[in-house]
Amino acid sequence: MKDFFKDLMVLYSLFFKIGLFSIGGGYVMLPMLRLELVEKRKWVNDRELLDYYAIGQATPGIIAVNTATFVGYTRRGIPGALASTAGMVSPSLIIILAIAIFIPMMETMPLFQKAFRGIRVAVSVLLVSTLISLTKKGWKSWIDGLLTLAAFSAVVLLGASPFPVILAAGFLGLLLRRHRSGLQ
Amino acid sequence: MSFISLFITFFNIGLFTIGGGLASLPLLYEAVVDGGMISRNLFVDMLAISQSTPGPIGINMATFAGYQIAGIPGGFVATLGMVAPSLIIIVLIAAWFTNFSSHPLVQDVMGGIRPAALGLIASAAWFIFREALFIPGTDMQISLPAAGLFIALAAAYKLKPATPVVYILAGGVLGIFLF
Repeated sequence: MKDFFKDLMVLYSLFFKIGLFSIGGGYVMLPMLRLELVEKRKWVNDRELLDYYAIGQATPGIIAVNTATFVGYTRRGIPGALASTAGMVSPSLIIILAIAIFIPMMETMPLFQKAFRGIRVAVSVLLVSTLISLTKKGWKSWIDGLLTLAAFSAVVLLGASPFPVILAAGFLGLLLRRHRSGLQ
Repeated sequence: MSFISLFITFFNIGLFTIGGGLASLPLLYEAVVDGGMISRNLFVDMLAISQSTPGPIGINMATFAGYQIAGIPGGFVATLGMVAPSLIIIVLIAAWFTNFSSHPLVQDVMGGIRPAALGLIASAAWFIFREALFIPGTDMQISLPAAGLFIALAAAYKLKPATPVVYILAGGVLGIFLF
């Protein structure tokens, strides 16, 4: 029993640490997870970690949270999954809430207004470059390009909600692949 | 907005965020900006802070948005809602479907969702780009200092990609002098 709670604490603090040191999103998290889970603790091997990541990408939710849940569950069942996920989101909750309290105040000050205008430009640069690299990796055929364009147009030109677009895309993926494999 | 509907809103966002945290952007944008709860400017500022602070971007955004809507408890409820679908689905997969992601049916569905998710992220990027580059209150009139800053930062990124924090700090400092 004592070991069980100790393990939960270890899971919580490990994912707290991973959450705390991953700045800039999921792309920096994989090396961090690898170092902690594969190299230091040998809880999983490289193959398993990539499997978790693949599952994280093919299931709803944030990949980092999905991976944390997976590792936690395989170590200590549902309590382990909860402890790992709680650890992963704790730094966000603490840091973001601390910052969020000051943001409305800062937004009324001219100096910060100017800084934020520059920051918004930086955010668009980051988003555009991330999109370019995701597209380079993600497009396997012209059909993929068409699907991207269709989803973009549905939201920007037609004002569609992203939710039905995702459902339609999943359904279309099913139809297209079945059709393609039928031709082969 | 009651805590129950806040939880349900973010549960839905978590459920439809497929393929990583950025995929939550278009969903969040629709729920909180189109829903009239957060201004477009604040949304972009939240994204900047979420990118330059620790933690997954999707979780940071959910905490932020929840706080803006319903204070500190709102931050907790939104984050809880956002991770609940992952928790349920991953535990089910870990318990029963170990070869989930290699299943042909999953591969087929993902083959459609992945490229569409790129288009959705691009739509959120377009709304943010418009907010950052166009003069406020005009219909698509480009702000020259903003365009110049965009080109300079994009060139810097192309030459030497670094962590987002560097570009966000640079954008902030240059913004003070430019605008």
